[in-house]
Amino acid sequence: MILLPCPWCGPRDASEFGHVGEPAPRPDPRTATPGQWRAYLYLRPNTRGWVTETWYHRMGCRRFIKVERHTDANETRQLPSGRPV
Amino acid sequence: MPLITNGHPRSRRGSYPARYSAAGLVRRGLLHQDWPPAWQSHPVKASYDVVIIGGGVHGLAAAYYLAANHGITDVAVLDKGYVGAGGSGRNTAILRSNYLTPEGVRFYDRSVKLYERLAADLDYNVMFSQRGHLTLAHNDSSLRTMRWRAEVNKAEGVDSEVIGPAEIKRLAPFLDVTDEARYPILGALYHPPGGIIRHDAVVWGYARGAAARGVHIHQHTEVTGIDVTGGTDPRVRAVRTTQGDIATRTVLNATAGWSTLIADMAGVRLPITTYPLQAAVTEPVKPFLATVIVSGSLHVYISQTDRGELVFGASVDPFTSYSMRGSFEFIEGLAGHVLELMPALSKVRLLRQWSGLCDMTPDFSPIMGTTPVAGFLVDVGWGTYGFKAGPVSGEAMAKTIASGQPPEIIAAFALDRFTAGTLVGEKGAAAVGH
Repeated sequence: MILLPCPWCGPRDASEFGHVGEPAPRPDPRTATPGQWRAYLYLRPNTRGWVTETWYHRMGCRRFIKVERHTDANETRQLPSGRPV
Repeated sequence: MPLITNGHPRSRRGSYPARYSAAGLVRRGLLHQDWPPAWQSHPVKASYDVVIIGGGVHGLAAAYYLAANHGITDVAVLDKGYVGAGGSGRNTAILRSNYLTPEGVRFYDRSVKLYERLAADLDYNVMFSQRGHLTLAHNDSSLRTMRWRAEVNKAEGVDSEVIGPAEIKRLAPFLDVTDEARYPILGALYHPPGGIIRHDAVVWGYARGAAARGVHIHQHTEVTGIDVTGGTDPRVRAVRTTQGDIATRTVLNATAGWSTLIADMAGVRLPITTYPLQAAVTEPVKPFLATVIVSGSLHVYISQTDRGELVFGASVDPFTSYSMRGSFEFIEGLAGHVLELMPALSKVRLLRQWSGLCDMTPDFSPIMGTTPVAGFLVDVGWGTYGFKAGPVSGEAMAKTIASGQPPEIIAAFALDRFTAGTLVGEKGAAAVGH
């Protein structure tokens, strides 16, 4: 069981959340090359280790939160800046 | 006796050092003789023509077909664990070809055809049981998708048809096909050539066949880096491993779960995210399940092995991870879904659960062929459908390595399709619950 540190609800079971994943900054569609656009749409770091990612607390406060998670051990820790995205 | 060569002139059955036969089985049994090892170990050489990373069904099949079809035998297969330790030993061993796109159907049909003759080709009993495959439809939209799939399948010459509740009842008498069920069964996509196979035997058979033709299989040899030179015109030069460096001009990334980590070493980025998928098996019970049963709405697939165990699979976990630990949420949800279909199983005990890693691509199709780095080839992105594609992928990647050009059958799965916008959408047929 994975506990996610929700800044409003405290530590809650991961099954209450929807996984959004690592943030992908959107390039300007007017100037982006097909390669840049492809990177935005499809390429993710797929890191094995600590990542900063977004989760949606769909069965709780229904807010988006940012969490650090180790993708191999599934250990989580709260970001110092705490609150939301 | 006619040679069964699978259409490949070089795959002679007589070329193995030790043939398996019924007479040999009796003789060794009576004389209490040990079997010789199925393949030999070798020291890691300083250079190979081809280095294949990943000793699963894809990597070993590629090595086998390189040697058998193209005469390229200076090949090393590297695995950081033992052969078949990854997805090849963790899948639910279901084979089928009733996909949604013509490209997908042609590709997986070739794989089923190769599997049908694999035991004879490899002189190894892979226990392929073509018992039929039923995908249940619980609502109108899945029935529509199945009609679509059936028509594409038939146009490609694959035996596939939508059947009604009466026919389902005949094939699987214990299923509740009345409209009293919580998820009523409106129909099913019936695919008679589908079935199950012994996945470990496929891996061992390919390993034995490849090794007999001169391929070196290096287990417990982890790749730690890939040397690429050439600046604007990058090319593979060497592979660094925990057993020493290997000079080579051709590297095939045939890993699952770690495909992006290996590709990163060569400086190639892949549109892949890694998810665990969990599965479970029950204690053995008497044979009662003659077909493979799949329910997309209930996120479950069920088959009974020759030993009588029921094998359950599901959809991928709801978040990316490299963890291969099972979860209680999964087993609880799975049990609920299985009992919706087959309430009679409520007293059957689960023996074990496990998890494997699935490399999901944006369009639920694999990524095969060349990359911007010359000599660095990929056979990755196998999501939840890699095992059934092992033979055809090995055959096609061997052809790619031998000729330098991906053959027609995998042309649609090239890495550059994500830039060109020519995705091969298999979401409706690749797996359950995505």
